[in-house]
Amino acid sequence: MKTENQKAWFFVLPVLALVAFNALIPMMTVVNYSVQETFGDNVFFWQGLDWFQQILRSDRFHAALGRQFMFTFLILIIEVPLGIAIALSMPRKGFWVPVCLVLMALPMLIPWNVVGAMWNIFTLPDIGLLGYFLNHVLGISYDMTQDPVAAWVTIVTMDVWHWTSLVVLLSYAGLVSIPDAYYQAAKIDGASNWAVFRFIQLPKMKTVLTIAILLRFMDSFNIYTEPFVLTGGGPGNSTTLLSIDLVKIALGQFDLGPAAAMSLIYFAITLLVSWLFYTLMTKDDLN
Amino acid sequence: MALELKGVTKRVGAIQHIKETSLLLEPGHFNVLLGATGSGKTSLIKLMAGLDPMASGQVLMDGEDVSRLSTQKRNISLVHQFFINYPHMTVFENIASPLKVAGMAKSEIEGRVEEAAAILQLKPMLHRRPHELSGGQQQRCALARAIAKESRAVFLDEPLANLDYKLREELRDQLPELFAGRGAVVVYATSEPEEALLLGGKTALMRDGRVTQFGPTAEIYRNPGNVDAARVFSDPPINTAEITKQGSMARLGAGVTWELSGAAVGLADGTYTIAIRPHHVLPVAKNGAHVQLSGQVQVTELSGSESSAHFDMGSGSWVSLAHGVHPYQVGELHDFYMDPAQAYFFAPDGSRAA
Repeated sequence: MKTENQKAWFFVLPVLALVAFNALIPMMTVVNYSVQETFGDNVFFWQGLDWFQQILRSDRFHAALGRQFMFTFLILIIEVPLGIAIALSMPRKGFWVPVCLVLMALPMLIPWNVVGAMWNIFTLPDIGLLGYFLNHVLGISYDMTQDPVAAWVTIVTMDVWHWTSLVVLLSYAGLVSIPDAYYQAAKIDGASNWAVFRFIQLPKMKTVLTIAILLRFMDSFNIYTEPFVLTGGGPGNSTTLLSIDLVKIALGQFDLGPAAAMSLIYFAITLLVSWLFYTLMTKDDLN
Repeated sequence: MALELKGVTKRVGAIQHIKETSLLLEPGHFNVLLGATGSGKTSLIKLMAGLDPMASGQVLMDGEDVSRLSTQKRNISLVHQFFINYPHMTVFENIASPLKVAGMAKSEIEGRVEEAAAILQLKPMLHRRPHELSGGQQQRCALARAIAKESRAVFLDEPLANLDYKLREELRDQLPELFAGRGAVVVYATSEPEEALLLGGKTALMRDGRVTQFGPTAEIYRNPGNVDAARVFSDPPINTAEITKQGSMARLGAGVTWELSGAAVGLADGTYTIAIRPHHVLPVAKNGAHVQLSGQVQVTELSGSESSAHFDMGSGSWVSLAHGVHPYQVGELHDFYMDPAQAYFFAPDGSRAA
């Protein structure tokens, strides 16, 4: 029997109002800016899709987008296998489990701008612990403030340090949910460690890994605070990722129209890639 | 192929799970490990499979010491009480998994899987996933995996315990056939004596981590080596009582005496425990059942072809099981007749005396 109950609206409406204020209305403001030109004083001139065309054709945007994909690609290709490897080597029971879990969670508890500041101080070539050690003890020339490669190594390492734990914890959750019986069955089948990983652990981790990769993709694709604090997008524009570039256009140059158009394109790309990835990963489960 | 245990023990911390055990298990018949939950059946199987480390002793396969060999290299199969199949693989892939891991050619894998699936009537389900199967089919799938592998030893750890009654009977009838002529040593753990009797072969009685008696199942039934063994194969429970032997006479409680016969005559005078199955204690005197006992009827059960009565003799409660329907009144004083020739005599330490 179908029960008619309108009470649910009372629970949904406040959330809807909240989402409207913190997401829908700001977003519509952005849409508003993206099709107009303003010089302040609340005077607007209709621009149509000019800003979108301009952004999509701009070399600056292409370069920032390229750097952004490069960054996300690098951190995913490092963090996902590394996270799985760490999760696999963590103990399944005993005294060390909580110790490992807390240690793993620690980097994620640190505020993003603090992470940026920490790594900035840590890696400064002449006074930073790591920077000084590399340059003056090991004799390796390393200067993330001057050398684009060093800057990239630093921001990627920082992200790996900050976020690999997320992949570890999610993979670990998937791993501990595998009953011992499967490991036993695999041993009896004569399966090697690789076969156990490939045919038992990996399939069991698939769901949580999908979520982990999705979260890491979205977070890394939208990353702003840490690289901004660490390198400020430099040296030159070498670490100017999309969000840093966006803020430069919006707040530095106060080009609100192009910035709004760029925001929407940025948002669409994030959404599209996430959707594609999720659809591909869950395709098998549907049939 | 023969599987031999030599002085095997298992210890976890200070607790000894398996006390020194030696067994010679052979192919061609079922080797049943029979014992209550916690008696060490699964522990012993895990030692034989190499899943748990032994504290001491040796496991030999065909005379070759495999104690140091990993589970992966022992070439064995194990079917659990719980239906263990890989959930993300189809029935075909499940059955094929040990063969694939062994690196067998694709055509041969297909042949073997088809054969095992045919025997276990799984052919129509080869492309389904385990969760789309019923419990009985899932366990069949696990059994098919064990058969297709053609391993040296097959361990069946209460494989029927989680199936419903009808499926259990069906599968139990098929089991001996499934493994007949395959040359593998089949070890079957169960807590149900009836299963051991139905499966035939040999039985190792287990209790508190040790094998108390090992031999052909029927022989253990007929000739229990100790009180526990006598208790195992009896439903309703076997009747026991303390008796005093003096010369050629035995005395039970205050007033019941009888003249001993057979091997019991030769026993030294003293106290013994006798055990006698309920169907040798009858409500009427016949066929050698002549020693009269008297007791107050407490509980009666009629099961169509048999009637049982629990009666209290003052010194303890006994059960009588007789063919046909006997009209007992609960509370009445009733005479029963036991056949003393069918009684087993045990020394005070529990070992068989006569």
